[in-house]
Amino acid sequence: MSATDSGHQGLPRVLAGLEPGGAMSLAHHTRIHGPLPDVPPHQLIEEVERSGLRGRGGADFPTARKLRAVAGRRRVGPLIVNGSETEPASAKDRLLLSRMPHLVLDGAVLAAGAVGASEVIVKVGDGAGDAVRVLEAAVAARSGDPVRTSVVVGPEGYVTGEESAVVHYLNSEVAKPTFVPPRPFERGVRGRPTLIQNPETLAQLALVARFGSRWYRELGTVADPGSALVTITGAVRAPGVYELAFGTPLRDLLDAAGGPSEPLQALLIGGYFGTWVDASAAAGLQLAREDLRSVGCSLGSGVLIALGESACGLHESARVISYLADQSAGQCGPCVYGLAAIADAVQALASGVAHGSERARVLRWCSEIRGRGACHHPDGAVRFVESALRVFAADIGSHRRGRCAARPAGLPLGDSAVAPPGGVERTRLVRAGR
Amino acid sequence: MSASLRVNPITCEAHGLCAELLPELIRLDDWGYPILDESEVPPDLVGLARRAVDACPTLALLIDEA
Repeated sequence: MSATDSGHQGLPRVLAGLEPGGAMSLAHHTRIHGPLPDVPPHQLIEEVERSGLRGRGGADFPTARKLRAVAGRRRVGPLIVNGSETEPASAKDRLLLSRMPHLVLDGAVLAAGAVGASEVIVKVGDGAGDAVRVLEAAVAARSGDPVRTSVVVGPEGYVTGEESAVVHYLNSEVAKPTFVPPRPFERGVRGRPTLIQNPETLAQLALVARFGSRWYRELGTVADPGSALVTITGAVRAPGVYELAFGTPLRDLLDAAGGPSEPLQALLIGGYFGTWVDASAAAGLQLAREDLRSVGCSLGSGVLIALGESACGLHESARVISYLADQSAGQCGPCVYGLAAIADAVQALASGVAHGSERARVLRWCSEIRGRGACHHPDGAVRFVESALRVFAADIGSHRRGRCAARPAGLPLGDSAVAPPGGVERTRLVRAGR
Repeated sequence: MSASLRVNPITCEAHGLCAELLPELIRLDDWGYPILDESEVPPDLVGLARRAVDACPTLALLIDEA
């Protein structure tokens, strides 16, 4: 493993060398990060384990365990780079794939080698725009790779990025989740054990392979080492994708994005499967799993949305849950009927026309629906709703008594706003300590 | 010897026979889909659980016996 002093000092790491405009060339990429290292499979997995790297697609699963689950199997299928990024407020994976494809492809080649995969498939949604052209050019430029790499474009939609939905799409062109087990690491693409990784996870892995786990742990905390890409949007002056060290106070995250554009009432942490937290409760939190868990949150896919005091948390939540209900794959009854009923009820609460017991009924539905879909779509949606009814509880009463005069916050939803305003181009790099 | 029940939510079409045959373990939500509050099947209910599994018209109710 390389000496730790050869790695990037401080931040940025993953976003090192990012320039405004186009994609980073292979030559520029190699100048910034050095050549693709040659690391024996078992050594790479051990180094990833020591680094403490966890998946950045939302599930937060230890990457080394995921690698091991596939590495021990026979006839391993292709390694899948899951670039679906179906969370409407997230822009980090699209940023990586369209601007620094070689770091992601390095990670894919290394992970494929570690688990014994001889092929890499990069799967993106058809709204990925530039990323497809950039990726195809990047793949063509990498003649020395030991694996065959292809780019596959699938349909957009919140649940199409779920692991089993990605496998289902690659196997039979149906971008819907399947009943698990078997999970992809047991039976995935073409029935073979399949490793699926998020682009940021692979980019981080490519750096761990080069500079080692000690270097990786120079940033962040003991429990949450390294850096993370966070899409910060909503009521901030400079929405965009930022690379920050774990352990950074959320207050500093907001400052990294130019600071709040108005007084804030709440933060949505983790995207639309995430959790609303009262702004005063969130102020003292750090970007760390333990801290976020203490208020019932997780970083999810790395999205932080600031809600200003001029907006209405109930109305915004009603828009989001309606969107999530629409995004159901339509396969499982509890998700189809349950989320639709919850969306209508939250809309009624926001409009002030709901019956007095409606909040209790929504909470009962939320607890009954959890865990009863083939995928985690209903689970994420009810977590979001429960937090909305908790954080904006006082608003429910005032909406019944009067008229809501709040302005729409314009949270990104679906095709109309696949990236935060100016998201990718406004990317800034922030230096942050431990 | 233990047995547990699970539902394949994709194939389930809310016929509701399972809750009819095994109300001890299965109730229905507001839309007629089964809720299993406890997936473990007590030994004295294994026979009834197997009958409910056999009766499901879409084969969505599954029993794992180990």
